[in-house]
Amino acid sequence: MSLRVDNLKVWYRTLRGEVRALDGVSFTVADGELVGLAGESGCGKSTLGKSLIRLDGRMRHVDGTVELDGKELPIGDSERMNAFRFKEVSIIPQYAMSAMNPTRRIGRLVAELLESRGVRPDGVRDELLRRLELVGLAPEVLDRYPIELSGGMKQRMVMVISTLLNPSLLIADEVTSALDVSTQKAVAETLVSFRDRHYVKSTLFITHDLSLVYQIADSIIVMYAGRLAERAPTDTLVTTPRHPYTRMLLSALPEVGVRYGDRRLTGIPGSPPSLLDPPAGCRFRDRCPLAFDKCVEQPPFVEVAPDHQVACWKAF
Amino acid sequence: MSVSDQEELAAATPAAAAATPVTVAELRASREALHFARRNRKLLLGAGVVLAFLVVAAVGPLLTDHGPNEYVGPPAQRPSADWWFGTTMFGQDVFAQFAHGLRSTFLVGLLGGGLAAVIGMTIGFTAGYRGGITDEVLNMVTNVVLVIPTLAVLLIIATYLRVRGVVPEAIFIAAFSWPWVARAIRAQTFSLRSRDFVDLARLSGAGGARIVFREIAPNMSSYLFMTFILLFGGAVLTAAMLDFIGLGPTDGMSLGLMMNNAVLWSALPLGMWWWFVPPGLGITMIVGALYIMNVGLDEVFNPKLREL
Amino acid sequence: MRQYFQRKLGIYALTFFVAVTVDWVIPRFMPGDPVQTMLARASLRPEASEAMQAYYTGVFGLDVPIWRQYLNFWNALLHGDLGVSIWLFPQPVTSVILRAIPYTLALLVPAILLSWWAGNKFGAYAARRRWLDNTVLPVGYVLTATPYMWLGILLAWALATVAGIFPIAGGYSFDVEPSWSPSFLVNLARHWFLPFASLFLVMFGGWAIGMRNLIIYELEADYSHYLEALGAPQRLVRRYAFNNALLPQLTGLALQLGVIVAGALVTEIVFSYPGLGYLILQAINNQDFFLIQGAFLFIIVGVLLANFLVDVVYVLVDPRTRVGMRGGA
Repeated sequence: MSLRVDNLKVWYRTLRGEVRALDGVSFTVADGELVGLAGESGCGKSTLGKSLIRLDGRMRHVDGTVELDGKELPIGDSERMNAFRFKEVSIIPQYAMSAMNPTRRIGRLVAELLESRGVRPDGVRDELLRRLELVGLAPEVLDRYPIELSGGMKQRMVMVISTLLNPSLLIADEVTSALDVSTQKAVAETLVSFRDRHYVKSTLFITHDLSLVYQIADSIIVMYAGRLAERAPTDTLVTTPRHPYTRMLLSALPEVGVRYGDRRLTGIPGSPPSLLDPPAGCRFRDRCPLAFDKCVEQPPFVEVAPDHQVACWKAF
Repeated sequence: MSVSDQEELAAATPAAAAATPVTVAELRASREALHFARRNRKLLLGAGVVLAFLVVAAVGPLLTDHGPNEYVGPPAQRPSADWWFGTTMFGQDVFAQFAHGLRSTFLVGLLGGGLAAVIGMTIGFTAGYRGGITDEVLNMVTNVVLVIPTLAVLLIIATYLRVRGVVPEAIFIAAFSWPWVARAIRAQTFSLRSRDFVDLARLSGAGGARIVFREIAPNMSSYLFMTFILLFGGAVLTAAMLDFIGLGPTDGMSLGLMMNNAVLWSALPLGMWWWFVPPGLGITMIVGALYIMNVGLDEVFNPKLREL
Repeated sequence: MRQYFQRKLGIYALTFFVAVTVDWVIPRFMPGDPVQTMLARASLRPEASEAMQAYYTGVFGLDVPIWRQYLNFWNALLHGDLGVSIWLFPQPVTSVILRAIPYTLALLVPAILLSWWAGNKFGAYAARRRWLDNTVLPVGYVLTATPYMWLGILLAWALATVAGIFPIAGGYSFDVEPSWSPSFLVNLARHWFLPFASLFLVMFGGWAIGMRNLIIYELEADYSHYLEALGAPQRLVRRYAFNNALLPQLTGLALQLGVIVAGALVTEIVFSYPGLGYLILQAINNQDFFLIQGAFLFIIVGVLLANFLVDVVYVLVDPRTRVGMRGGA
């Protein structure tokens, strides 16, 4: 197993109490697997991505463990975690377009970053240039300031920087959210090629866009309100979803060739529960058309078919 | 009003419809701000100090039955039960001077700061909202006034005036303190004017001034208030320096004038600290309290800064 | 970049033009015959009065059309002729002022440079430690709220009158002859120290607070978070934050120049330090309008030059002003 997350709980401190952003999440990612993590805003997917590399000031590691390549990741201890950052676990952040220091030339920024992590920039230079070519950036870009690059170029540059030391786990946090469709495709394909060329071992692709992630992911995890709803290989999830939430998500997606007159798009009425004081039992209860009395008890996240896990009483 | 009437009214004017949900949120926001304001230590401390001095300014002169310039006692006396702040080289009551000086300080600060705020806001909003050639011209004016050193110009103006009062002094100070306000407000207005709620207001036929007053300015109300406080403090300091050089009001008393007199009549080598310490201390405390109030206000209005 | 400098120089030229015009216009707002009024106010010796009359008439030239007067004024100005001092007759204003300028510069330049450097370093350092932050912040606010002359008064009283370590007034002791000898230089330095310290402290407070706030802002920026996510040590993150925070501080310096100059002027007055400020005070007390006008113009030119200098430095240190978007998709 490459990545193993066991009952992870990460809560946020706020003035009004603790928000239970991640409330008991368990899953594994195999070596070389590209897993999509999908869900609506506020479901905890970004928290999950962030907590695997660097906890925010307000975040608190309450419970659970994370193991990478058999070693435990000390996510609650920022100092000890530093040894893993960039080298074993890396992230392409949501804010990739403003992630580089505006007053430093990019090449110098990369060199100083590498030196500060104990890596000699000269030793990596050839590899850096090769990767720049792979993503379609000219070597001159290293002499430029970030302001001279377009948004897409900055995104690609950050992707190269984040994966430069060949991490075991790459977290791609909403990397396509701010892009137009054709650039989204290019970025998604780049992530796949990083994996194919063994620049990274496993990838966690966090997004709210199911229609994009299903094109590149090997398997997809669907999150809802701080907990996992379903996990399955991509084709299985899309053709035979078992969780009511997944099914409603999929039917909210337009399909090429299908006209609105023939089949209507249905949204999911209502909104997710507040995670400050979440309700007991299944959190999708209030919006679920299939809810019944057993749902006041939280359904466990169990395997119902090979590699297919669901947290729903109706799925067993 | 019946429910149907309400609905009709809401449907009739898009601006009103947009305003109703905004007002509810606004109420909640201002109540939340008040809640934090009551608990913020810096705000309370700063406001408390300013209020204390205000009380002294209001009540102080009433406690003395003589004017600040009258010769009431033996010269150069240390503070005592008779003369709380001692007497000057000529036997004038330092406390009476201090209390009267505080009045002039507050007057100049409020008037000068307030006027500068009005000028800066007018120019900033106009430049930011209209854009184009208006913006270019106003920008140039702002830049020119910005570079001119205030004291130098006030030097020239005040020198040629025979009689000077507190109000003209405040006006002069205001005339040169507004540029940074105009710049900041212009920048904010620029970013706000392309927002949806402004478009909505424009669609419903609201004119430029109305939009600025009803939509844009309320959005920045906290910032505007903090700006006023900074201008207040700045006016107090500038007036003190002007008075110290001898270009302040020709009648009345002010804290800067007290320091001027003290230095002029050798209070320093003679060690008459009771003459020069109170006025400077008063200004430092008032302006310092204003700055600290500002920090507190920033915390109240900006949730990210609040201590957990 | 050329456009940037063109704009700046344009503003400065316009400002100078406006300032000179204001200077020329103001005396004419006084009721009655300005020349006679001004001469009456100043108590002059007869021969001085006549020379004054001649000069005034040349400049105000009441027998000459107004636009001519204006041009005469500019003409004289550009020839370095700012008139003759009434109080120190027959010395020309320009030479009186030039004698005082070195003292003012000796105060201003070190005070500005040192306080800016030290204040920024200190403010950045304070942002790192809680206990330091809690002490530095209030002290900084108090310092920056202190009127310049009052701090000068306090220092003069505490360290000169009471402790007797430093002299209380003057540029150098009355009984000493100016020379290049070490003892004279020491004498100069002793007289210089208190006014310098006073200026330094007030400005230091302002920069420290500003930098502290800016550093906190920079440390919360996306690029800081990205570096931390990639495990960069705090010293790298802090170094970037500090360098970036210096840029708005530089802009702030340009904005503060007017206030700083005013502060230097009043501080000199406290110590009777023979710079421009003390000169202005005496000019006011002696109703020497030419001296005042001359000082005003000198201050304006000085501030404009300093602004321009800061603009040049800013372009050198902020790469964003030198490059724009250079295409590519």
